[in-house]
Amino acid sequence: MRRRELLLGAAALPMVRARAAAPARVVVVGGGYGGATAAKYLRLFSGGAIEVVLVEPEEAFVSCPMSNLVLAGRWQMSDITRSLQGLTSRHGVRIVRDRATAIDVERRQLRLARGDAIAYDKLILSPGIDMNWSEVEGLEAARSRVLQAWKAGPETAALRRQLEAMPDGGVFAIAIPEAPYRCPPGPYERACLVADWMREAKPKAKLLILDANPDVTSKGPLFKKVWAEQHAGRIEYRPQNKLTAIDGDTLKFEFADDVHADVINALPPMRAGAIAVDAGLANSNGRWCQVKYQNFASTAAPHIHVIGDAIQIANAMPKSGHMANAQAKVAAAAITAELSGMEIDPAPMLMNTCYSFTDARNAVHVASVHEYVAAEATFKPVAGAGGLSAAPNELEARYAFNWARTIWDDVLG
Amino acid sequence: MRRILPLALLMMMFAAAAHADDAAAQRLRALAANCAGCHGTDGRAPRDSLVPGLAGMPASYFTAQIKAFQTGARQGTLMPQLAKGYNDAQVKALAAYFAAQKQGGKP
Repeated sequence: MRRRELLLGAAALPMVRARAAAPARVVVVGGGYGGATAAKYLRLFSGGAIEVVLVEPEEAFVSCPMSNLVLAGRWQMSDITRSLQGLTSRHGVRIVRDRATAIDVERRQLRLARGDAIAYDKLILSPGIDMNWSEVEGLEAARSRVLQAWKAGPETAALRRQLEAMPDGGVFAIAIPEAPYRCPPGPYERACLVADWMREAKPKAKLLILDANPDVTSKGPLFKKVWAEQHAGRIEYRPQNKLTAIDGDTLKFEFADDVHADVINALPPMRAGAIAVDAGLANSNGRWCQVKYQNFASTAAPHIHVIGDAIQIANAMPKSGHMANAQAKVAAAAITAELSGMEIDPAPMLMNTCYSFTDARNAVHVASVHEYVAAEATFKPVAGAGGLSAAPNELEARYAFNWARTIWDDVLG
Repeated sequence: MRRILPLALLMMMFAAAAHADDAAAQRLRALAANCAGCHGTDGRAPRDSLVPGLAGMPASYFTAQIKAFQTGARQGTLMPQLAKGYNDAQVKALAAYFAAQKQGGKP
């Protein structure tokens, strides 16, 4: 099957490239929603004519969407963990289990922590986010105790254990940074799901949401209604609480009063993943990577594309897993076209779907469609399209589970 | 020469047209990939999926459902909101794309 695909692909798409006498090679950094999708769709769109190497240090894909269910004790880590191996067995993606450390832009080589450097014709970075530790005094020093659990993995399980060990009557504090950050509704969903668990397991416990933003950044009226109707006296929401320091069990803020908490989930301001920042690609305030939105090419260096949470977003473009999946397809199509000597799509489209659980059985959504507007060289939400749920409902919780299963197959299968 | 030139021109035109067809087909495939997050790669939804697979769906049915979502004749959660993001030409092209996809199996 692979051989046939290769032959068909080679016949259908003559490749134009820098590396002579070999198939064009695209190297993808990061095996999350963006990177894994890009790797798979480069193979699909090119009919197997492009060689794809995926560089990812972790053995498996662990989903951030749905991970708040693990934090609330409703799901296990195994429920949000999927193998990357289908990318190889079904699509012929070569996976290199290593960490990308540097980019040699001149020689078009990606350097790795352990293995030899890999040459590329095109490089796609989907490095996700890293934390700006220095913006919260004492936070990096407290890392073993004060967790973020904002990259699903060991910290998700560790924060769950902290919540289980918290005394009834204890306080759980979630500190949210100023937007933009990964997954705008994520902290509020986390509050809903943890409070829903507390109601049963620790009825005297309190949950404080300490938000640096002036108001809830996503699905605001929906979340606030749930908090008022189901968690009065349990959840307290405090806007304009910008976290500046962690000192023992105390959170300190720019203008608001100190808060003491038994379990602290402190999210500092975020930025593009380290490889992108270190390579000088984070040319928007040193935090996010500016791209040409038509094909997600970096504006800082040639032959490098950046997708997912690491980019400087266009208007109303969320930093979400679904959006990274959609961006990956636009980038993969553009790179396939370019390497085949075709003009890239003048009018690509993106779509976003995002479910949030309001308790273990109910969910809400926000959805949007984005069109590339050539005259302004950016994506804009299509007027009149998109929207929110009217209210939390059980049907959409079932759709949310269905979404996860389906998109994981689309990313990995 | 007079006989060869038209033939060469014809071949060049044919090659250019084939290339344009390839480009159009690739763009349509990328547009259709937007639906894959919820409906499966190339419209092949997982078994027992709550949302329908789109692969092999008759084009007239696909188009009628999108129209119904756009006008409000058919209710839903996400789809009435997402359907409004696509114009008639896009819906027609997507309908043809999914009608041509084989059902079942992984791509």
